[in-house]
Amino acid sequence: MPQLMKEELRELCKYRELLYMITYRDVTVRYKQSIMGLLWAVLMPILIIGAGIVVRYAYAVASGKPLQPGDVASVAVKSLPWAFLVSSIRFSCNSLINNQNLVTKVYFPKEVFPVAAVMASLFDFLVASGALVIFLLIIQVGSNSQLVWVPLLLLMMVVLAVGIAMVVSAASLFFRDVKYVVEVLLTFGIFFTPVFYDVRMLGDKGHWLLLNPVAPILEGLSASIVRHQPPDLPWLAYSCIFGLTALLGGYVFFKHLEPVFAESI
Amino acid sequence: MEHISKKFRKGEMYNSLRDLIPALTGKLFRRQELNESDQREFWALRDISFEVKRGEAFGIIGANGAGKSTALKILSRIMKPTKGRMVVNGRLSALIEVTAGFHPDLTGRENIFLHGAILGMTRREIQSKLDKIIAFSGIEEFIDTPVKRYSTGMYARLGFSVAAHVDPEVLIVDEVLSVGDYLFQRKCVERMKEVIRGGATVLFVSHDLKNVSEFCDRCLLLDKGRMVTTGPAHKVVSAYLKQSRTSHSDEAASNPVIISKVRVRNKYGECARFQSGETAWIDVELTARARCTKLAVAPYMTSEVNEIIFETTTERLGEGNFSLEAGDVFRCTFELRLNVTTGLYHLCMLVYRHETQTTYDDWAPAATIYVSSEDDVGGFAHCFPRVIQKGISPASDATSSPIKEDTVGNRKCSPQ
Repeated sequence: MPQLMKEELRELCKYRELLYMITYRDVTVRYKQSIMGLLWAVLMPILIIGAGIVVRYAYAVASGKPLQPGDVASVAVKSLPWAFLVSSIRFSCNSLINNQNLVTKVYFPKEVFPVAAVMASLFDFLVASGALVIFLLIIQVGSNSQLVWVPLLLLMMVVLAVGIAMVVSAASLFFRDVKYVVEVLLTFGIFFTPVFYDVRMLGDKGHWLLLNPVAPILEGLSASIVRHQPPDLPWLAYSCIFGLTALLGGYVFFKHLEPVFAESI
Repeated sequence: MEHISKKFRKGEMYNSLRDLIPALTGKLFRRQELNESDQREFWALRDISFEVKRGEAFGIIGANGAGKSTALKILSRIMKPTKGRMVVNGRLSALIEVTAGFHPDLTGRENIFLHGAILGMTRREIQSKLDKIIAFSGIEEFIDTPVKRYSTGMYARLGFSVAAHVDPEVLIVDEVLSVGDYLFQRKCVERMKEVIRGGATVLFVSHDLKNVSEFCDRCLLLDKGRMVTTGPAHKVVSAYLKQSRTSHSDEAASNPVIISKVRVRNKYGECARFQSGETAWIDVELTARARCTKLAVAPYMTSEVNEIIFETTTERLGEGNFSLEAGDVFRCTFELRLNVTTGLYHLCMLVYRHETQTTYDDWAPAATIYVSSEDDVGGFAHCFPRVIQKGISPASDATSSPIKEDTVGNRKCSPQ
């Protein structure tokens, strides 16, 4: 088994050019023939952040505490990775079905499709992050030593996204129902994930929310960027294990089904 | 990358396209259902094995539904065989659908890179071949236009141009040579020959027997998923032609006269493969069920796409007409000079009542033959052309300018 995986990883390396081209295609096509073009990558997250600020404001009014700039920054910092995850999953879910022609006609490792879907979303995320950094500088969220956690946290996010992407893309190829289930989960997922609120706000029961593997990552980002504190390490380890399991399991699941893709799509 | 030897071995290969779900349900709902699902199983290929050596051009032919596409998908590793195994050594490239990788919103140039990557080329490789690919496709002018604005022909030409420049060690070719206009097709055929000469192993899947016999050394004939025969291309093509003769007697059973037998032979005996200009004899046998008068027989020949390219009748050949009593058998032999170009031709036979032009029996095609020619000529009629004089009048000799332009134009058009 490890031998086989090593071989397949080598093959994936060989096809990295293809991964690049498919990602390039996905990104280019998304913004072709649109007036706003790449601006959409910034505009969409702004909408989510706007929604988050409204929620935060309502909370502030209800509790009688004024809205802090830090709260706004926290919402912004957590919204972008969440948007990235949602877009990766949504996009990858259809990635095999939309490329039916290639799945049934040409041989190459098919995981490039879900992975490219994640990469294309990552590209959008990076563009939006550029805008976010400017925003954070304006509201004076200074840099600090805890920022070293950020790359690791983002990597965990990508690992988790790739793992889920592989599972949903392969599953939706066999059963189109998966698409609808995923859509519903993504729509309501934001309520079960501390994006617009912090886990702390729920008091003791907040820990239940951290069972959602995305939560510790988002909380970690908020902690290191806004509050200048280290992330909650035990929970982060939990997310990390969850993410790696998802990646490995997703890969095995995908590879197991890949030989019958062409005849089942 | 192991380059030690390059061989295919596809032993005992089985594949079923629709057995996944029955198999899954079978697993879920005990044995009973498994037996039930057995009947719904469909074996697209049964026990096919062959080996193709390095540098060989190998053809797979068969009627529609014979399993060619499945064989192809297994060869190109898109599908896994249900049983058996297959080994390919070397860089494999499959020209199954040349435009599969195109995205309509991207420009021609972007699509070259995308499609090239899908076919396994690196960006640097594509960059170095970009000019050649664009020139080959002949659509330089529109290379930066999104391909959704292309015509079908341009689309296919660009697709083939990319695919043709992959430089694989093992190439699998489907019916892709039939894209574009005649000139582009010739270009594709030339390119294919170049690839074969370059030492690549080529697997050619087609029901275009003309191309198969032109390219392939050896051939495999499939019928309903089984191997019928394998061997030298011309022998297999003949076997295929014999197999594809339509059986006829059933449908004509109620006619007063039926064509009971048609046989095509050359001077050695029954035959389905001829050289251009060779003589063919067609033996016809009619059987009368009832008394018929004023009968005439009309042999005719159609091209692969069923255009009539030749026809005559016994009547018009000055043989008059004849009458038959019930139970009589009438035999005659036609002699035809096959002055036709390379290709597949259907020989058909018709018997009719001369006076009223009533058709009693029409057997089409009674036989299919393959004619090959040494000369590279197109169309149907072979006129056995020769160039008997040629020369160039140098531009400096010309006195007036219109003639000069004409000469230059001619020179440009003439093949090298």
